[in-house]
Amino acid sequence: MSEQPVTAIGGLASPRGFGWIGHLIPWVIALVFYYVAGGYLSLGTGALIMILFAMSLDIALGYAGIVTLGQAAFFGFGAYTAGIFAIHVNNDPILGLLVATALTAVFGLMTGAVILHTQGVTLLMLTLAIVTLLYEAANRAIWLTGGDDGLQGITIAPLFGMFRFDLFGRTAYLYSLGVLFIWFLIAWRVVHSPFGRSLDGIRQKPARMRAIGTPVWKRLVAAYTLSAAIAGSAGALSAQTTKFVGLDTLGIFLSGIVAVMLVLGGVRRIYGAFLGAVVYVVVQDFAAKVNPFYWMFFIGGLLMATVLFLEAGLISLVDSTSNFLKRLFARRKAP
Amino acid sequence: MARVATILLDGIAYGMILFIISVGLTVTMGLMRVVNLAHGAFAMVGGYVAAVMTEAGHDFFLSAAAGAAAAGIFGGVAEMTVYRPLYRKGELAQVLLTIGLVFVSIAALTLVFGVNYKTVKMPAFLEDPISIGFRLYPPYRLFLIAVGLVMAFLLWLLIDRTLFGARLRAAVDNPRMARAVGINVNRLFTITFIGGSALAGFGGAIGAGMLPLEAFYPLRYLVLFLIVVIVGGEGSFKGSFVAALALGIIDTTGKFIIPEVASFLLYTVVLALLLWRPHGLLPPKSVA
Repeated sequence: MSEQPVTAIGGLASPRGFGWIGHLIPWVIALVFYYVAGGYLSLGTGALIMILFAMSLDIALGYAGIVTLGQAAFFGFGAYTAGIFAIHVNNDPILGLLVATALTAVFGLMTGAVILHTQGVTLLMLTLAIVTLLYEAANRAIWLTGGDDGLQGITIAPLFGMFRFDLFGRTAYLYSLGVLFIWFLIAWRVVHSPFGRSLDGIRQKPARMRAIGTPVWKRLVAAYTLSAAIAGSAGALSAQTTKFVGLDTLGIFLSGIVAVMLVLGGVRRIYGAFLGAVVYVVVQDFAAKVNPFYWMFFIGGLLMATVLFLEAGLISLVDSTSNFLKRLFARRKAP
Repeated sequence: MARVATILLDGIAYGMILFIISVGLTVTMGLMRVVNLAHGAFAMVGGYVAAVMTEAGHDFFLSAAAGAAAAGIFGGVAEMTVYRPLYRKGELAQVLLTIGLVFVSIAALTLVFGVNYKTVKMPAFLEDPISIGFRLYPPYRLFLIAVGLVMAFLLWLLIDRTLFGARLRAAVDNPRMARAVGINVNRLFTITFIGGSALAGFGGAIGAGMLPLEAFYPLRYLVLFLIVVIVGGEGSFKGSFVAALALGIIDTTGKFIIPEVASFLLYTVVLALLLWRPHGLLPPKSVA
């Protein structure tokens, strides 16, 4: 990663990563949490799923610059697919996850291929239209989805035929962590590949990328499909670990929430999704107990404040801290 | 035949409300190129103010006017504080900030008024069905059609026949050139933003019988408002009039004839239309 081109815009200019120690920290925290969480383990699982979901949005919105409010369509699609698959076909978790991920990717490919011919507000509206359509479809198809009551009666077989999904959520947590780690490796590799670089270019100036021969539409569709697959996995995990799928997994509100998490943490950083989702889930757990509408007030305010005052997200605070420490360290070493 | 006429009337009334509410949005999105997802919040504010006033026993029309004024003030304040820093930022920032504004207004209104539906009390002469030749029909819908037509005519006068309108059209078509010839585009925008918000508030108030007022109003109808603007062509007044009427008629027809797939029908039409003409039906010169 040493020969990263430095661009003037956005997070790319700031020092990326914090060395291998920096890479280790979040995963060590996640493992330590497993041992100390106690009753909060299922909250942790929820956070892991939201990290994965926010990461999916980072690919589409952060890197490829596809402004979408329809990301919940993929989350919900994955969740319903995994739930329905477990009820009617086979309740093996891995198989269900793979099927849900693959089908969501196909759904992302199909919708992306159509709507990515447009851009700007038109594109935004089309993503909204698709998520609304899917919501309506799930709402109507009561025989399949349970409609307003949500999809109930999901049972999941033990993981690898050995580990039951226990009441304390231990299996669910480690399972989600494993899936998140795999997707993290893929996402990290992709955004730092030449393909990821071309997404950077497309986001900044599609016309110029087209001029130098980049197949812009194909790249965008590819990024959108990857993003859909990740979001579908997140939805499938949610269905499998909570054994329930609600209609709100297809809501515009969820699309908004995941954008909050991503922007709060920091776009185009991968780890930004980690930070934002965790902060969001923890704060929500405290605030929602008080009053859900105070909570909405808080989220809306947070979103506005982030856009107006902290464009690079919370992770920029981590950057400055680590830079400060590095400088402190360097000064001490100097004679 | 009578059925066709009823569906048409219902659809047109519905379309008129969408037009009144959305016409302000077409300015925001067309003139300043701001992705404004919070427009429904202005309509909601107008509706709630009117609902509270009619509950207190005030006249329906006075209440609607008060709702429009409140929405206009809210819009003006929002423009000067929240929207202005946005003009130079990217689409993403605009989307996030305006959706944040929607959340905040939903929460604020719920804290004050609770989660239940609010109704704007109509005067009796709008509620008692009257005969329109072939059947009894709620005069409220005829009233909506009349108001919509009057509004469209007044807006046409304003936009097509006054200096203000000429400036506005110039600024929509080419903001930089408009600035270069000395038009104060920022002030123009503030004024139209206030006007558009007031219209939305007015539409929210008188349209409460068709688009019921509740806390999630700005999110629920967001897609409809956006459709009107984008299908019509951002910044195009005539376009949004045509789009609103078409949307109202298509949606109503769908709900009457094939209720199971009505929303699918609407979105499919919109999807196809936008793929055919990504800039809408009647886009302004700057984008066409």
